[in-house]
Amino acid sequence: MNITQQVVNAIWLGGVYSLFALGYALVFSILGVLNLAHSAVFMWGAFIGLVMVTQFSFSVWLAIPVAMLGAGLIGVLLDAVAFAPLRRRNAPRIAQLISSIGAAILLVNIAQLIFGTQPQRFPLGSIPTDTIEGLPFRITPIQIIILLVSVALMALLQYMVIRTRAGQAMRAVAFNQRVASLLGVNVSGIFRMTFFLAGALAGAAGVLYGLAYNSMTPFMGDQVALKGLTVIVLGGMGNIQGAVVGGFVVAALEVFSIANGGSNYRDAFVFTLLFLILLFRPQGLVGQKEHTRA
Amino acid sequence: MLELRNVSRLFGGLQALNQVNMLVPTGKVVGLIGPNGAGKTTLINNISGLDHPTSGEILFNGTPIHTRAPHHIAQLGIARTYQNIRLFGEMTALENLLISQHGRGSASILDALVFTPRYLREERRLRDTASGLLERFNLTPVAKLRAGNLPYGDQRRLEMARALGTQPKLLLLDEPTAGMNPVETEALGEQILRLVREDGLTVLVIEHDMSLIHQVCDEIYVLNFGQIIAQGTPDEIKHNPQVIEAYLGQDED
Amino acid sequence: MEFLRSIGITEIVMQFMLINAILGLSMYLVLYTGMFSLANAGFMSIGAYTGVILTQNFNQPLWVGLIGGMVVAGVLAVPIGLPVLRLKDIYLAIATIGFGEVVRILILNFDTLAGSITGESVRLTRGALGITGIPKITETWHLLAFLVVTGFIMIRLHRSRFGRAMAAVRQDEPAAANMGINVVYTKNMVFIMSAVLAAAAGVLKAHLTRTISPGDYGFDQAVSILAFAVLGGTSTWVGPLVGGFVLTALPEILRDFKQYRGIVNGSILLLVIVYLPGGMVNPAGWSQMWARLRGKKQGDTLTTEVS
Repeated sequence: MNITQQVVNAIWLGGVYSLFALGYALVFSILGVLNLAHSAVFMWGAFIGLVMVTQFSFSVWLAIPVAMLGAGLIGVLLDAVAFAPLRRRNAPRIAQLISSIGAAILLVNIAQLIFGTQPQRFPLGSIPTDTIEGLPFRITPIQIIILLVSVALMALLQYMVIRTRAGQAMRAVAFNQRVASLLGVNVSGIFRMTFFLAGALAGAAGVLYGLAYNSMTPFMGDQVALKGLTVIVLGGMGNIQGAVVGGFVVAALEVFSIANGGSNYRDAFVFTLLFLILLFRPQGLVGQKEHTRA
Repeated sequence: MLELRNVSRLFGGLQALNQVNMLVPTGKVVGLIGPNGAGKTTLINNISGLDHPTSGEILFNGTPIHTRAPHHIAQLGIARTYQNIRLFGEMTALENLLISQHGRGSASILDALVFTPRYLREERRLRDTASGLLERFNLTPVAKLRAGNLPYGDQRRLEMARALGTQPKLLLLDEPTAGMNPVETEALGEQILRLVREDGLTVLVIEHDMSLIHQVCDEIYVLNFGQIIAQGTPDEIKHNPQVIEAYLGQDED
Repeated sequence: MEFLRSIGITEIVMQFMLINAILGLSMYLVLYTGMFSLANAGFMSIGAYTGVILTQNFNQPLWVGLIGGMVVAGVLAVPIGLPVLRLKDIYLAIATIGFGEVVRILILNFDTLAGSITGESVRLTRGALGITGIPKITETWHLLAFLVVTGFIMIRLHRSRFGRAMAAVRQDEPAAANMGINVVYTKNMVFIMSAVLAAAAGVLKAHLTRTISPGDYGFDQAVSILAFAVLGGTSTWVGPLVGGFVLTALPEILRDFKQYRGIVNGSILLLVIVYLPGGMVNPAGWSQMWARLRGKKQGDTLTTEVS
């Protein structure tokens, strides 16, 4: 593999990782909790997209927003079942982490019951797979779609958080819940919206990831769960721009270590990086000491 | 007993302590007063090792302690209380007092496992000391209750007892009268004086309540914006124009 | 016995119950000291591989394998714990998840790695397929004896200076330090003890299941170990013991609903953490819930939550 090819691969894979990790970062920045069920929502997004294409003959373009909506709603449900009750009791953050693990187990097992454990694919012809001719590297239309969709969604999220009233309210809640509620912000509403957005991003990432590898099982979330964690640690927990950068860094590390003969160790590299960052730069690679949250 | 030499503490760009010099002589009660945010608690944190100065030295009986870990400083003989009570709330009052004697014991896990005489003797000693402290601070009736569930006054006294459990030479009190009425405050003052007289303790006390300061302190330091702006006997401080301004200037804002 | 067997609790199930109770206790130690570490599955695999290599490649008896596994895990816990235990709650959780993954990947690639260093062909951990054909030499009485000794140590621990320091560190680290407690030492000692217990469970289990592979000790195993402790409750050491028993026995009792096993497990974890924060063995939590059910206003919260 030449270097250009590796860069191209790292870029489209990075798009998916960033998109996925954004949901983690969003929830962490607004609520200060780690949602380990995020990867299960990602998997559900992929399956919703798949069902839309196979059962309802949707085009991939239409399946993505539907999967986002569905996964977003699962996110809201997740909040209501696993997070809101603990929040009301002021339970420690770790309790919320454990309840999210419980929710993840539940979501994965329900998917297993419905979809089985055999890998499933998008039907032939629903996605274009030919390599585009005339370029100095290999890229398929689906990889271009993945990159375009993820960049568009990241830009949209950034716009929303910075420019809109809802985004302002989110930032206010992230900064100080009590003050925000005194200013008339509906804090629970913001939490629900955060979970919806995080779920929708995970759903989109799920469909794109499913398209890229075209093999979906209820356990596909495991492949990205820990990488997503590495991404947000790298970016500085809860730092949204950081998560985007981190996604591309992790993807690059993975692509380059495979290309240089270390395919067995590629995850070891990623997790060693995770380890080192936590020990020596817990604020992340791009973050300052004070988290630039949301 | 305690000496601070040019102690400074920077938090980012904020100068929490600026070239603080201070002397706490053996057997005396020294007061530290100053408006909110002057850096009083930061100073106590630096002495007790929870925080470390950016520059300067802290000497305890001539030994530099400003780079030492807090448990080490505790074992050297410095104990403290906290502005917001920090008892081990899930444990009983008695257990809190047993924990406070941690540094005064030496029995290992292995001793406890095989019931060595050393372990048994030590446990008995710790329990005796603990019941003595309970007695002394009128806490015997609540010995078996969870510290977190005790009434406020009991918690305050328990925290003081716990600090004494470490068998200190120097006691740092961070706003001990917070939430107390004048009668309780005066009783606390009596208690502090007794500790100095009978136990030979040296005390550094942060306080807002001027009546307590006048009741117990031999000498007062005034801290404002991280700097010592005055020092003297209670009477001198009362009439010091700079001190009056530091306090009154605030009120007029 | 007849009755137990009739509801699905066979001898092998009981053996797994005992092993999971040991794992629950290893988790309990770190949680009781206020450390949310998910490293136990990693130490379990270090113990299992060391123990099995000792009994299989070096023809040692089980007890040598057991002690070897415990020692290796305990020694490795030092360089891991010293840097990692400076981190708190979620950050500690993430770092220890990372540790578990690194251990898994290293064991997976151990033979090629060692081979490329020594220049000879190495066959110790045997890659993704793992080690098979391990003799089944762990007996129920081994497990019982181990658990009784461990339980005794737990009781003594709580009556000792060190055990009180553990609780103090959990409740208020700075205040504990001001009492003369060496927080770093306490945390690292507990981390080592926890690693040693997890490793012992790993060795004993490997000689029951007869095969081990790196995949057995991943994130799922780490979560199961956490679940034993959390469901049982960490206010006393009996909680994780019961948690390990119940969570192992329950799926067997409900074996007719096998396809719902995961759903039941997930739901239990969720329900307990939401409605019984102190776990199953927590009298105060039960009376509080009872009071709530009867519509009484709840008094002070007498629960020891994991924090």
